[in-house]
Amino acid sequence: MCGIVGLYLKNDALRPELGRLFRPMLEEMTSRGPDSAGVAIYRDPVAEGSTKYSLAHASVDHDWQALADDIASACAASARARPIDTHAVLISDADEVQVRARLAEHHPDVRLVGSGRSVEIFKETGLPKDVYSRFDLDSAEGSHMIGHTRMATESAVTTAGSHPFATGADLCLVHNGSLSNHNRLREELVRRGLSFQTENDSEVAAAYLTWKIRQGVSLTRALEDALDDLDGFFTFCVGTSEGFAVLRDPIACKHAVLAETDDWVAMATEYRAIATLPDAEQARIWEPRPSTVYSWGDTGLEVDAPAGAHGAALDNARSGTADNRQAVTRTPH
Amino acid sequence: MNTLDLGTLGLREVNRKLISLDPGANERDFRIENPMGGHAIACGLTLPLNVAIAGHVGFYCAGMNQQAEVTIHGHAGVGVGENMMSGTVLVKGNASQSAGATAHGGLLVIEGDASSRCGISMKGVDIVVGGSVGHMSAFMAQTGNLVICGDAGEALGDSIYEARLYVRGDIESLGADCVEKEMTPAHLDSLTELLQRAGNKTKLAEFRRYGSARTLYHFDIDHADAY
Amino acid sequence: MHTDDIPRTLPRHSATFDAYTTSEIRRAASTGIYEIRGAGAKRALPHFDDLLFLGASISRYPLEGYRERCGTEVTLGTRFASKPLQLKIPITIAGMSFGSLSGQAKEALGRGANAAGTSTTTGDGGMTPEEREHSRLLVYQYLPSRYGMNPDDLRKADAIEIVVGQGAKPGGGGMLLGQKINARVAKMRSLPEGIDQRSACRHPDWTGPDDLEIKILELREITNWEKPVFIKIGGSRPYYDTALAVKSGADVIVLDGMQGGTAATQNVFIEHVGQPTLACIRPAVQALQELDMHRKVQLVVSGGIRNGADVAKALALGADAVSVGTAALIAMGDNDPRFEDEYRALGTTAGAYDAWHEGRDPAGITTQIPELASRLDPVAAGRRLTNYLKVMTLEAQTIARACGKNHVHNLEPEDLCALTVEAAAMARVPLAGTSWVPGT
Repeated sequence: MCGIVGLYLKNDALRPELGRLFRPMLEEMTSRGPDSAGVAIYRDPVAEGSTKYSLAHASVDHDWQALADDIASACAASARARPIDTHAVLISDADEVQVRARLAEHHPDVRLVGSGRSVEIFKETGLPKDVYSRFDLDSAEGSHMIGHTRMATESAVTTAGSHPFATGADLCLVHNGSLSNHNRLREELVRRGLSFQTENDSEVAAAYLTWKIRQGVSLTRALEDALDDLDGFFTFCVGTSEGFAVLRDPIACKHAVLAETDDWVAMATEYRAIATLPDAEQARIWEPRPSTVYSWGDTGLEVDAPAGAHGAALDNARSGTADNRQAVTRTPH
Repeated sequence: MNTLDLGTLGLREVNRKLISLDPGANERDFRIENPMGGHAIACGLTLPLNVAIAGHVGFYCAGMNQQAEVTIHGHAGVGVGENMMSGTVLVKGNASQSAGATAHGGLLVIEGDASSRCGISMKGVDIVVGGSVGHMSAFMAQTGNLVICGDAGEALGDSIYEARLYVRGDIESLGADCVEKEMTPAHLDSLTELLQRAGNKTKLAEFRRYGSARTLYHFDIDHADAY
Repeated sequence: MHTDDIPRTLPRHSATFDAYTTSEIRRAASTGIYEIRGAGAKRALPHFDDLLFLGASISRYPLEGYRERCGTEVTLGTRFASKPLQLKIPITIAGMSFGSLSGQAKEALGRGANAAGTSTTTGDGGMTPEEREHSRLLVYQYLPSRYGMNPDDLRKADAIEIVVGQGAKPGGGGMLLGQKINARVAKMRSLPEGIDQRSACRHPDWTGPDDLEIKILELREITNWEKPVFIKIGGSRPYYDTALAVKSGADVIVLDGMQGGTAATQNVFIEHVGQPTLACIRPAVQALQELDMHRKVQLVVSGGIRNGADVAKALALGADAVSVGTAALIAMGDNDPRFEDEYRALGTTAGAYDAWHEGRDPAGITTQIPELASRLDPVAAGRRLTNYLKVMTLEAQTIARACGKNHVHNLEPEDLCALTVEAAAMARVPLAGTSWVPGT
């Protein structure tokens, strides 16, 4: 079980402060997840044709320069690595398939944690506040970030078992809850060519989305299918290149809250993680409905037509004070 | 008016101050500032105090409340007023899930919307929601009244016992053994009183009444699908 | 040839479709409802009888009985509570509700536990004033149903036991037939009289250890951080559940294996869900040790504890204490052969009577019918319970002394060996005569 948080900065002027604003959100969720923590930060997009890889090793002294050189020569391309604690961000214009193959064959002790054009994923065991410091995130700038604090349920407390789990280019997943059919699903996904590093149920959910998206299905549709194919309790936050998506299972026991001001959109397992953001008290606050995909569109966080004709009508008809209307969200970017 | 700053005093000190008051003391009015979504604020109160909370609260605010009147000037997290015994808990904003869960008495007013499981397993409390409620509200509701001025989500009153539900808006679906029932003058009187106590001005005529069909009270194999 | 001369093979019953199983099929076909009964798993399971102690030898020296002290006291709730429970013996009385038991039976349990220096526990239905009066140490259960739950009783309790599950039905709830809800029980539970009671399987306002942590915070705030908070779990995934209970903030973990009894639930649940008590202990202790919480968060084991040997073996495997339910009822007179005629009239026999939900117990324990309940003299029954608890304690001390221990808590797995491969694997002790621990 866990805490999950996400922050998207609408106001460009705040982007230099992303890391500073996000820290208290993550730390507030420490009691829910003291075992390990992880974040995915979206920043410094690389040029078209290049890819960023988030890599991790067991040791802080790993020779990342040698790895970058090896990738460059093996793939006849450019490659440079920026080390941070046990992780490194490798940027290369080499063909991604080649890079992955080279990493798998010649650098088996290096874990590929994520890839894309803007995402960087860092995760480690330990208290959230310590993990955050290790990766120099206080001064980080960027457009958006999602994070996770972990209380391991049925798998071990390891770095590999921490969230976020990458699920495609610039896509990653954090999960609060506990799935109940992940073991059979993992076997099926292995048969379809996916590989796993842990016994973790969340890793299975991420791989499921990866598999769906590889088949050409949109993230939104993949999340809708997840409602049928995944069993158990879950609140998902999926980081995307534009922002983040949110989904809760039909029983919806694991709490989640969304909040928005002119400057930012945030999600969290508990409101107190959002309370530290500027003007939080005045924010519009609402809960994501169960079985409903909240995805990131042209106008920000959007809710797709919830299951059943009634749902949309209810969303539009919700009463309440003017400040707290839970209508379909259309937010200016 | 006594002001307690949760930010500087911390939860233990704020709650301790409220619970350890001398019953004969004159101070009755308290204002809690900087709740910052914190949990278990003003829970377990035992005296007829007036407590105003200036902002949004986390889980279990005013849990097991006795006699006090607690007003939350903001939104409330999971389980607001859970197991309350008496007194009044008023949420000016929205309430999250399980509002008034298993509560035995008193009045819980939510001016905005309540989320899923509002009034779950209620045991005598009166709940008045100015807005809508989410799915599984009044699940296994044993006794008490739940008034919903807006809409209700799926499975309203699933497995309901003797609690009474008054709904004005649309209901996505009714739960097992929950049916529409006749609104008699006695029920209208009861509803009038509930709305009055809640300071709610919704017109009576727009409500319908729901309650138990009582077919699950003694097991019958032909109803097995309902379980 | 004459047909009498042809030898016949003996009629043969099927081991798969045995007499019990075929009678159950007929019953199901006749009634259309699953079988409901009380008590715990009745089938043969690997249990403490499959373990033996290695007494003193040339390398280990025993303690003299009586003169050389063997301590039995235990403190429950040292982690966070300002007022932990101090028990004279490492045996507590498990949660059993007023409603499933008569008022006289609850009083007897209180009297018996008091005289032995230990605690009793309320059950699903709330705390009665008589129970609070007669038990010097009373643990108050906090269940999904929340029947009768209120802050006054919470503050009167000596400890709070959050019930996540129990051994007879981990994950259970569902619908219970025929619970005789009389006027008093109905009032305590805020239910109409005489109807079937439906029980929730999850707590109404939290799900998962991360939210349980917040719920525990609330309960501690309401009770001024004085009372130990126990978390009771059915034997299912004891390793993970124990770790999560610790991370949620438990002071004490109560682990109930499938032999643990219930007032009433579906037979299929009791017999086919959950793990034997013996299989649950070492994983739970391992989780505590890995978190450096062994002996700091206390572990109470229940489910089929019957005698001092069971007590000693549970402690040797790492428990801090054990809890008894079924055994306490038997000590007070449940299923006594002297009521055999009445058991026969009920369609059963002494030792097999488990239709407690029907509330017609000849011993006056699991009934609300005044004529039957009055058969149980709370003072005499309390005395019997105290005797039984004392015998168990003496037996455990005898064993511990023979193993050279000056306190029963110093018993350890190395004092044991196993008679079967299953028991050796579950208890993680060697098969007798070998150094082999299967599965390690």
